[in-house]
Amino acid sequence: MSRPSATRARRTLAVDVLARVEGEGGLEVKVRRGALESVRLNIYEPPRLFEAFLRGRDFREAPDFTARICGICPVAYQTCAAQAMERACGVTVPPAVRDLRRLLYCGEWIESHALHVVMLHAPDFLGYESGIHMAKDHPEAVTRGLGIKKVGNAIMTAVGGREIHPVNMRVGGFWRAPAAAAVKGLRDRVAWALEESLELLRWVATFTFPDVRRDWVFVALRDPERYPVEQGRIVTSAGHDLDPSEFERHFGEEHVHRSNALHGVMHGHGPYHVGPLARWALNQDRLTPAVLEAARAAGLAPVERNPFRSILVRAAEMAYACEEALRLIDAYQPFDPPAVEVTPRDATGWGVSEAPRGLLWHSYSMDGRGVIRKARIVPPTAQNQKSIESDVAAYVERHLSLENDALQWGCEQAVRNYDPCISCATHFMRLSIERV
Amino acid sequence: MVRVIGVGNPDREDDAAGIEAVRRLAAHGHPGVEARVCRPDPDDLLTAMMGAARVIVVDAMAAGTDPGTVVRIDATAAPVPAELFRGSTHGLGVAEAVELARHLGVMPRSLVIYGIEGRNYRFGKPLSRDVSFAVEQVVDRIEHEAAEAA
Repeated sequence: MSRPSATRARRTLAVDVLARVEGEGGLEVKVRRGALESVRLNIYEPPRLFEAFLRGRDFREAPDFTARICGICPVAYQTCAAQAMERACGVTVPPAVRDLRRLLYCGEWIESHALHVVMLHAPDFLGYESGIHMAKDHPEAVTRGLGIKKVGNAIMTAVGGREIHPVNMRVGGFWRAPAAAAVKGLRDRVAWALEESLELLRWVATFTFPDVRRDWVFVALRDPERYPVEQGRIVTSAGHDLDPSEFERHFGEEHVHRSNALHGVMHGHGPYHVGPLARWALNQDRLTPAVLEAARAAGLAPVERNPFRSILVRAAEMAYACEEALRLIDAYQPFDPPAVEVTPRDATGWGVSEAPRGLLWHSYSMDGRGVIRKARIVPPTAQNQKSIESDVAAYVERHLSLENDALQWGCEQAVRNYDPCISCATHFMRLSIERV
Repeated sequence: MVRVIGVGNPDREDDAAGIEAVRRLAAHGHPGVEARVCRPDPDDLLTAMMGAARVIVVDAMAAGTDPGTVVRIDATAAPVPAELFRGSTHGLGVAEAVELARHLGVMPRSLVIYGIEGRNYRFGKPLSRDVSFAVEQVVDRIEHEAAEAA
């Protein structure tokens, strides 16, 4: 639903409800006398008060509570929450737990990326209103995408117990290590999904991309061995290499009064960019040779600063997640006990991982009984808010000669480049209570 | 054999209409009816429809009619009006899932949708009386259709 204004001297594009994004958000662009006046991404999904209501809860509840922030990336929240609590309690989980978490997380990347690439983003490049309309002319691609998504869901069910808000992860590990057959039984489907993902990458490589270059600072995790998914240190294209505990010294959030979301800022650098393009720029050398070769064949440059080309990286990451899942499936052995003992203590802990949309950071403080005293959650879409607005502004400035319909289409697409999860971005609003 | 798929949210009052219809059908145990529940997700609904020649989907609807109104739509004949079965902003609704099935060539030979107009969608509340009565009507009609098809 949108309302372009009539006069040329002053043009207002108002998209009341953005289509094909997770959650509810709107966009307002104002042009006055041929110059861009303002861009506002408006989030009006009801604010979530997770950081507030976690206070007073038991530290072990954090993974299950925070998973409810998002229905499409719950594993990201569970992983960060568990990690943060484990760090606070001075616990290191064994490699078997870490690998099983990584497998579960690969399932999430596969289903999230498949849904976005095919049903939410590809329609933009091919001129369709929706994935449904696109299905009529491209049934093979849509069937492929939905089939790959199903494989991601199957991994999440086998390892996590359920595809929406998996129930098997807990602080210290898991409730149960799945039987070997349950995990090995995924192999054929994941091998199929790998081939189909590479085919999707080849398909996406045929799209036409607007010529755009953005100079964000990239921020992502970096792992000593592998492409970052479930853990790592925080690195930036400005040269930072940080432990998760140092996040708040370099990154902050501003609450913008017209929105229910918090906007990420990097101290001394302004807007920054998290997500597939950041991971690609900072971790290419960690991809498998097959996926790296396919990515290069698809036309991906060593650093991509064109937000529209994020769809290529997502498709490549989908293939990587399939290949990595195969490695983990082949290596999997059930383990017992399924979790390590975790004893609460008066401490603060930090957890960080790469959600499909980008860096996700949690911090919790608990008392000696394990009661949460403070919680902070910084999701990727909140961190990208300013970049999204500056991307839209840059797009408008370059395309002012377009008629409103075409200009609006480009603006909406600029938002969808980020696969924004507006549900996650509205997880928190500052709450103060005055008792009189 | 008719496969009946109930779609909805069991925790949101009248949005449980489809699920309640399936529950009652399963309890009756009519030999010509296979009843199952699924989420209003394109994957889930497409998967649930596959492999059956005759499918009936039951879901709550928000068409602006009186609560308890029942609408029967032959989805093989024409596109399902999307405004009747509004999905959430996080997933596709029944209408979109049916169109997806049509475009992907996986429509069953016969696909009927029963929509039941809801009154309220509050968390944790049971079905409203109008809707519960309407569910009973739909269950009767489905069992008749199944008997005629046999």
